[in-house]
Amino acid sequence: MKDLLKQLTVLYGPSGREHTVADVIESLVKDKVDSVRRDALGNLICEKKGTGAKRIMFAAHMDHIGLIVTHVEKEGWLRVSNVGGINVNMSRARRVKFMNGVQGVLYEQALKAGENSALSTLFIDIGAKDEAEALSMIEIGDIAVYAEPAFDVGKTRMVSPAMDNRSACALLIGLLSNLPENHQSIVAVFTAQEEVGVRGATVAAYSAQPDEGIAIDVTVAGDIPELKLNAVKMGEGPAVKIKDTRSISHPDVVKRMIDAAKRAGVPYQREVLPYGGTDAGAMQLSRGGMPVGTLSIPCRYVHSACEMIDLQDMENGLKLLVEYIKA
Amino acid sequence: MDLKTLCELNALGGREEAVRKVVYDICVDKLGKDAVSFDGMGSVIAMRKAKNTSLPRVMFAAHMDEIGLIAVSAGDDGLINFRAAGSVDPRVLLSKRVMVGYGEDAVPGVIGYMPIHLQSSDEYHAAPTIEKLSVDIGAKDKAEAESKAPKGTHITFATKYTEFGDGFVCAKALDDRVGVYNMLRLLDAEYDGELTLAFTSREEVGLRGSKTAGFRVQPDIAIVLEGTTANDLGDTEDRFKVCIPGQGPCVSFMDLSSIADHELFKLVLKAGQAESVPHQIKKYVAGGNDAGAIQRAGAGCKTVVISVPCRNIHSPSSVCSLQDVDNQYHLAQATLKHLMKG
Repeated sequence: MKDLLKQLTVLYGPSGREHTVADVIESLVKDKVDSVRRDALGNLICEKKGTGAKRIMFAAHMDHIGLIVTHVEKEGWLRVSNVGGINVNMSRARRVKFMNGVQGVLYEQALKAGENSALSTLFIDIGAKDEAEALSMIEIGDIAVYAEPAFDVGKTRMVSPAMDNRSACALLIGLLSNLPENHQSIVAVFTAQEEVGVRGATVAAYSAQPDEGIAIDVTVAGDIPELKLNAVKMGEGPAVKIKDTRSISHPDVVKRMIDAAKRAGVPYQREVLPYGGTDAGAMQLSRGGMPVGTLSIPCRYVHSACEMIDLQDMENGLKLLVEYIKA
Repeated sequence: MDLKTLCELNALGGREEAVRKVVYDICVDKLGKDAVSFDGMGSVIAMRKAKNTSLPRVMFAAHMDEIGLIAVSAGDDGLINFRAAGSVDPRVLLSKRVMVGYGEDAVPGVIGYMPIHLQSSDEYHAAPTIEKLSVDIGAKDKAEAESKAPKGTHITFATKYTEFGDGFVCAKALDDRVGVYNMLRLLDAEYDGELTLAFTSREEVGLRGSKTAGFRVQPDIAIVLEGTTANDLGDTEDRFKVCIPGQGPCVSFMDLSSIADHELFKLVLKAGQAESVPHQIKKYVAGGNDAGAIQRAGAGCKTVVISVPCRNIHSPSSVCSLQDVDNQYHLAQATLKHLMKG
């Protein structure tokens, strides 16, 4: 799991530009499933028929947040807007990279008295001496992402700017690699454009038309100093989502997830998130609706360049999911 | 059909019939009755069959509705209180002439405000909220006002279409009659694949018509023709200008409702370059349009937006370049040509 996660977290893939991630995942799973296809929004949709009567869609989004170039100044500075939930306070003095490999420093201009930080006070320095040189390196509309490399911390923990949500992609790949003998039919969708409003899952759920939808995503671990919003702790097991602002998990899905955790003998946590949402919110409203749930991987420092997860939560999440899909 | 006539038609979201009638008649005239349909939300969908079914199924969309106001009550003094229908900045409303109602029932009115002589310093320095404004239709009392403008009556701007300067025009509803105008021209587009022209309803109240139109058509590619925010006047820093009238229609890489398909975005730019159609990239991320709804209708499709830069958008006096309007059509046609090349 650790090697897989390292492989996935270094890939470039902001919302709308997920194809590199999709290419790698496709190469990893194509022998394990019956069919693989892409759609217009960039979703990677993999089907594996099972012996069970149910078709379950699993959604793990491939995209991460980024900064899109809107303007190049005469001096060569790149001005940016956000792609997804960029936090300005976590964006100063960051190493960033573009799809074509160009790297730069994301920094904030000197603020006038009384001026507040905003996306419009940020800029990227790609080392260009002027506008013309900058435009020879990147184009308006190109997207930069936090470029810090993944690294290990402690005994079982790992940090990367792309834990949200490559950790869930790794979990879903893990599930396809560890299918039990008798299982429900699986539609494993590695979704696009989640961070800008669960767009990929919206269309994938429509075309796949499953019986049930399960999102796999990170959730905010509330175990850091003075953050008392959320009871979920990193390292204490995968979290079974009860609700967030986009969906209320179906009680039967919640119960079956918890039963699966108990059967697998893994710890689990109940999660109520007072903000945010996952692909479950999109799947739930597709066509005539479907029961949905979310399995969450507790993650510290979400939407920063240093998102931290505990690999034990992922291993336990995998055991839970393998148990969950048994027919 | 000329742009002047289209801009001077009045049609708020949900009451697009004046534009719909014009559009429908032209579409039927060009393509025949069987090729044109309505949907339940009031959009007009004209579909040209493919000569070559291996080409992508392309849908163009432009919205028929404009922003305006809606009457909610009348005071004892005969003044009509209103709210916004679509996003309207109350600062653009003061002392503007309006039409209250549609067609033969319509009466002229004016949005009045307290004379400067009577304003306190605070009132002078603060913009009025929409609740503080009212329309005067010359009614003597509440009963007369309510008989002429019952609750729910739509109120539209009464601006005449005026060409001025070096190829500029000032009008209301340029957003998005420019798109409607060019889609009517695209009924004759050179394209051998299936081509659908969706004249959508209710965009300004939340991309509603395009949601059902997109679901019905489910194209491979959707190209939205719009009017968008130019902010090039005054001492605006270059990076906040968004786009500049006169420098060509602009192509969006992203707005708040959709991210353009990257390959399609590049194809439009390439087509513009190859066919020498002036164009610019929209350099700001704000707002949304029908692409957001169409992209996510059904199993999803690739989208891109080509917009005419409009100064003073969402006001009674929008300004755009007629050259840009013409080039929006040419850029759309160039894009179709390049899609045919594959």
